[in-house]
Amino acid sequence: MNKNKEQLLNKRYKAEQRFRLYGQSAIFMALLFLTIFIFKIFSTGYSAFQKTWLIVPVNFDAELMMLDENPTKQDIEDADYYEIALQSMWNLDPNANEDQQNQLKRMVSYFFEREIKQELLKDPNLLGKTKEVYLTASDDLDQVFKGNYPRDLPEDQRRVSDYQLKIFDQLVANGNVESKFNISFFTNADSREAELAGIASSFMGSIFSILVCLMIAFPVAVLAAIYLEEFAPKNRFTDFIEVNINNLAAVPSIVFGLLGLGVLLAIFQLPRSTPLVGGITLSLMTLPTIIIAARASLKAVPPSIREAALAMGASRMQTTMHHTVPLSMPGTLSGTIIGLAQALGETAPLILIGMVAFVNTIPGSPMDPAASLPVQIYIWAESAERGFVEKVSACIMVLLSFLIIMNLFAQIIRHKFEKKWS
Amino acid sequence: MRKNGVKMIKIKAKDVDVFYGKKQALFNISLDIEENQVTALIGPSGCGKSTFLRCLNRMNDVIDICSVKGEILINDFNINDKGCDVVRLREKIGMVFQKPNPFPKTLYENVSYGPTIHGIAQSKQEMDEIVETSLKKAALWEEVKDRLHEPGTGLSGGQQQRLCIARAISVRPEVILMDEPCSALDPIATAQIEELIDELKKEHTIIIVTHSMAQAARVSQNTGFFHLGQLIEHGSTDKIFKNPDNKKTQDYITGRFG
Repeated sequence: MNKNKEQLLNKRYKAEQRFRLYGQSAIFMALLFLTIFIFKIFSTGYSAFQKTWLIVPVNFDAELMMLDENPTKQDIEDADYYEIALQSMWNLDPNANEDQQNQLKRMVSYFFEREIKQELLKDPNLLGKTKEVYLTASDDLDQVFKGNYPRDLPEDQRRVSDYQLKIFDQLVANGNVESKFNISFFTNADSREAELAGIASSFMGSIFSILVCLMIAFPVAVLAAIYLEEFAPKNRFTDFIEVNINNLAAVPSIVFGLLGLGVLLAIFQLPRSTPLVGGITLSLMTLPTIIIAARASLKAVPPSIREAALAMGASRMQTTMHHTVPLSMPGTLSGTIIGLAQALGETAPLILIGMVAFVNTIPGSPMDPAASLPVQIYIWAESAERGFVEKVSACIMVLLSFLIIMNLFAQIIRHKFEKKWS
Repeated sequence: MRKNGVKMIKIKAKDVDVFYGKKQALFNISLDIEENQVTALIGPSGCGKSTFLRCLNRMNDVIDICSVKGEILINDFNINDKGCDVVRLREKIGMVFQKPNPFPKTLYENVSYGPTIHGIAQSKQEMDEIVETSLKKAALWEEVKDRLHEPGTGLSGGQQQRLCIARAISVRPEVILMDEPCSALDPIATAQIEELIDELKKEHTIIIVTHSMAQAARVSQNTGFFHLGQLIEHGSTDKIFKNPDNKKTQDYITGRFG
């Protein structure tokens, strides 16, 4: 009998130990996946924050630019830069034949003459002189310089020719290739050229969408929550509403996208591809999340506070506005931020309302066409060019840091402003 | 209190029935409450004494399924009438709850809340005076006068309950309802509150629900004994405790049940 008891006790301890082990391994697995994920994103993406420049001597030949002596600012603005741009690239190899000259031109970014123009606009005295100018390298050479390009592939399977590589290696040897922080990744809109593509358009698009979403979803959701929690009678009808709010929170986001497409675009004729429509669509999605969070935090306010206010002769409205709502605000706000963070990462509904369009301008208002960060990731991930691979990861890094900051903010609000009850 | 030998009746309850949904919680309660006296309501748990207390300032309105029938006359005005304004009523009838429930705000804001919403004070100075006198009457002033702008939730349990009393008397109510005000407090804090109740009855009519028969005997002049939703007996505390008419009252007082 006694021995039996001891065996049983041992068994119970063993079971507990095993359970701990399961739990620990579950946490270990989760951390492992997270680490792999972050490492992968980071190792692919960090190089996108660097950009490769070719330093090429440019002869600002007034004749080639069809400029007279003492040109005005407007003349410089209107001058033809293509010829001197071409010449400066061709000068890298004076003996190049026509085909090779073409290849030389393709070693820099498509809009290289603009960079040369900027240089002259900055300093008009350069006219007639030669200066070494920083030109954005083509996305393929950018990848070569970052070591992401498989140089040992047979030439006909590469987008970079042996000839280009030869010239490039010469430039590198002469110290005429430089890597600098990629400012244009943050200031440029999207582009078909990977070396010029940036997140400014999608970043602003996301910000505008989130603001529109916040301005619609927050007041509506908070009012709905306050009414349901503090004023509405508890009957079948309000139960029905409650169930449906919970259902709404579980509706796949693409359905909301279809709603935006069918109602906002088709019936109300709102401008396509804009953060305005995106924000309204996202607000439909965020609404139930905020209502649920707001109701939960209203419920968490002890009834004794309401009783105290009512017994003092406060009206229901005063009780709610003076006591219950201020006390529930930290929870409501952090729920709102979590809801917005969800909306920020949402892709499917935005694709349906056309925010997937190629936008190469930076939106100045919610009425201008824009992309959004997650959609930008989707667009770039679809692109074939090697240069976009690192851009995808870099964009994910930006989006994730945005989300982490928002969630951190939610946590801080919750911990700092939440009242402790006696 | 007697005027010319006649008892002054402040509250007159006539045939009060209370229902929670279909379940009846109070049966036919008729009870007179004397002005400027302490009336204790005693009885075992679930007997309906708190429910009755909450009828007097219509706090049962908050509960959707609760319905009250019968007449409750305060100053000869039926508070269950449609014409009765609850906000006005609760200004006249303050309440102190079982668990201290100060607002999570400063002491000053706690006490000034009632006068603010009812527009009692005309100036900041007047408000300061109201806060000071209320806290003095609640015997809390000396302990907190240097930290009026600290949160009320930082006080001890007994201090919190006195703060709640100060909050209740800040609007100069005619009646104060107390729902087991000492059940969450230690004996010393309880003694302080009981002393306070004795002091308050000079200006207010007090009705106190209590579990402790000793407390009822100590603080009250009149006592009503509730059992299973019925008012079994009521009268002067002396009589109820020493020479009750009803056998059940006798049994409860002597601790045979409850």
